[in-house]
Amino acid sequence: MKKIKTIVLSLVAMVVTVVPFSVSQAQDMEQFIPALVYRTGPYAAGGSGFFGGFEDYMALLNLRDGGINGVKLVWEECETAYNSDRGVECYERLKNQGEHGATVVHPLSTGITYRLIERATADKIPLISMGYGRTDATNGKVFPWVFPLITNYWSQNTAKIKYIGMQEGGMDALKGKKIANLHHESSYGKETVPVLDVQAAKYGFEVKHYPVAHPGLDQKAAWLDIARRYKPDWVILRGWGVMNPTALKEAARVGFAADKIVGVWWSGAEEDVIPAGKAAVGYVAAGFHPSGSGFPVVEAMLDIVHGAGQGNISPQRVGTIYYNRGLVAGIVTTEAIRTAQGKFGTKVLSGEEMRWGLENLSISAERIDELGAAGLMAPLTITCADHEGGGPVKFSRWDGSQWVEVTDWIETDKSIVDPMIMDSSMAYAAEKGIEPRSGMSMGSDCG
Amino acid sequence: MFYREVGQYKSSYPADQAIFPLSNDRIGVMIILLIAFIWPPLSGSQYLMGPILTQLLVFGLAALGLNLLTGYAGQVSLGTGGFMAVGAFGCYNLVLRLPEIPIVIDFILAGLMAAAVGVLFGIPSLRIKGFYLAVATLASQFFLLWIFDHVGWFTNYDPAGVASAPTQTFFGALTGEGRALEFLAPIDVIVSGPNATPETKYVLTLAVVVVLALLAKNLVRGMTGRAWMAIRDFDIAAEIIGIRPLRTKLLAFAISSFYCGVAGALYVFTYVGNADTEAFDLIRSFTILFMIIIGGLGSVMGSFLGAAFIVLLPPFLNIVASNLGEGTLSGAALANLELIVYGGTIVFFLAVEPLGFARMWQIVKEKLRQWPFPY
Repeated sequence: MKKIKTIVLSLVAMVVTVVPFSVSQAQDMEQFIPALVYRTGPYAAGGSGFFGGFEDYMALLNLRDGGINGVKLVWEECETAYNSDRGVECYERLKNQGEHGATVVHPLSTGITYRLIERATADKIPLISMGYGRTDATNGKVFPWVFPLITNYWSQNTAKIKYIGMQEGGMDALKGKKIANLHHESSYGKETVPVLDVQAAKYGFEVKHYPVAHPGLDQKAAWLDIARRYKPDWVILRGWGVMNPTALKEAARVGFAADKIVGVWWSGAEEDVIPAGKAAVGYVAAGFHPSGSGFPVVEAMLDIVHGAGQGNISPQRVGTIYYNRGLVAGIVTTEAIRTAQGKFGTKVLSGEEMRWGLENLSISAERIDELGAAGLMAPLTITCADHEGGGPVKFSRWDGSQWVEVTDWIETDKSIVDPMIMDSSMAYAAEKGIEPRSGMSMGSDCG
Repeated sequence: MFYREVGQYKSSYPADQAIFPLSNDRIGVMIILLIAFIWPPLSGSQYLMGPILTQLLVFGLAALGLNLLTGYAGQVSLGTGGFMAVGAFGCYNLVLRLPEIPIVIDFILAGLMAAAVGVLFGIPSLRIKGFYLAVATLASQFFLLWIFDHVGWFTNYDPAGVASAPTQTFFGALTGEGRALEFLAPIDVIVSGPNATPETKYVLTLAVVVVLALLAKNLVRGMTGRAWMAIRDFDIAAEIIGIRPLRTKLLAFAISSFYCGVAGALYVFTYVGNADTEAFDLIRSFTILFMIIIGGLGSVMGSFLGAAFIVLLPPFLNIVASNLGEGTLSGAALANLELIVYGGTIVFFLAVEPLGFARMWQIVKEKLRQWPFPY
């Protein structure tokens, strides 16, 4: 009996202390952003790293600046385990929280992005798929609510072929070369198959696609075929999670040189190469931002956020590729909030206002400098028609202990990608009966 | 006290053989169905209707399909995901290419396609049993997904291989202006695509699942179900008493695949809205097998209880963790704790009752009959 009394009393005490706290919280202006994180499963490194950086940046703005012009950033995590069904569940759970519902959603999974495109469009919530997702959603006329920001998969791929061309001594030298595309068997992995075929026809190289089933631990047959039979000049590694170190180890086993493997940016993190050990030395991967903790903004996050014990990731992982990617996502998202606040006033923004902010987003080199992120990201301009921004790509080589930048920013090839995006998105519009928007000039409401 | 059969006399065979011979059960089921049809749409909660209830119904239906095959007919199958994919992509192509067909008929046709494929992959069951059969059905899983991945026509040449449910009304395109069924237009509603309301999707799913579950319940109580159980318990004896193994086993594969196919079609059209082959991978087949093991092999009700456990427990744990764990443990620790609790719960329930939730429910009912005076 005494025990029950103690339990009841402690419960009452808990309610008494917690309730006033939550009431005082509600008085602030709070911009709610859901975090569809994955800290478990074969892709946990990506999910925890990305959202670690993303949440740390929001925490930095809250702690240092008191939010964005006084509007606090709040977020709630929901574990998806990179599973599309759970992604939909998390989206539905979190979309109506906050004063005007979710501000933006970062699904951090191409599969979940595909599941959410129609839902977010119906709910009027911008869907940011930064460096992943559905490529033809770049056409903002057909996909008003989807933003594959900075650089989409097809654009990245053109930069990759440019890089390979540079190594071969010019794009003409690609003629007759053989490239193997080792890709994750998923909507993410398959996304670049069409653009590679188009480029192969244009530059006269040969491409062979090697799908690897989820989660990508079984690649022995693929690598045997690559090294013994097909013998390509280059291998494009389009892996994800545990597939990446496995691929590098298998390549070393069959004797395929690591410096002839070019990874995409979901295959180019510390977590992808460290488990492969020596097999990864010399491996080159693409990125729309570098790794490193020397940037002033990263140092501020270590000082202020982790210094206050409010970090969302272990401090050792601060400044890694995935962390910095989350940080860039945080910068882009909060700068769009700032842009939207400039038009609609300092208040909690709705999804529609946030879309305006994204479609009129312009982050100049000076602004990047001001944010302490010089060198971390390239300037970015988004319009109603172009939801990507045409960001350039940098390549880094793994030297066994860190990623070393080996190229400057390489521009993507719009002449290949744009017509493909137009064709593909218009086919989608026709299938779905979508009327493309008009009124595309900068600063307009885009119709 | 309230749940007993005393005083309920049966004066005819039909009354004695009814699905729910006890009036208490009958009334209970009616009330539950009434609540299920009325309360979620009235509550207006998209979260409740979509990811919680519709998902539960879709996977409950798939589990029921597998339970007919594995639980009743004793044929272990790991091809559930593949059969669901046949239904999903079949229905997608039907709606896309023949929009005139009413959606319910599409579901039935998609189920029939899955049934045909199921019969094809059921043929090895005549010669092999148990684990060997499981491996043979595994082949169907890989083969079917490979087809949908590599033949672009099935996904209408989508670059990422995603089939996205077109907007479709209940009676189909024939209710359009000047078409044959135009007079039905006023009562026609959009049931799929981004403009369909969650209420319509939920009620349609529930209606389909209730009809199919009732059919299954009657099926397993009749001639077919008894033949399946005879084959399951002792196939040679069953053959000697006149049950034809070929016909019985293939019928089990056909009907099971039909249910899985309809579940796949519902997954695309009323639950998620789109799907690629990832949605129907091997892990899905395993998950559905776990549903019927935890729910109870050879039980219609158990299929839904098992589906509820597998589908609803992870989000429930996640909600509990994120509400109680705020500020106590790191996000990573909470996410992993969730997995530990989930795994622990499965072990606990199987250790307590190896025959699954269905058996537990039966025990509860037996105790209820005597409550509150068990002696």
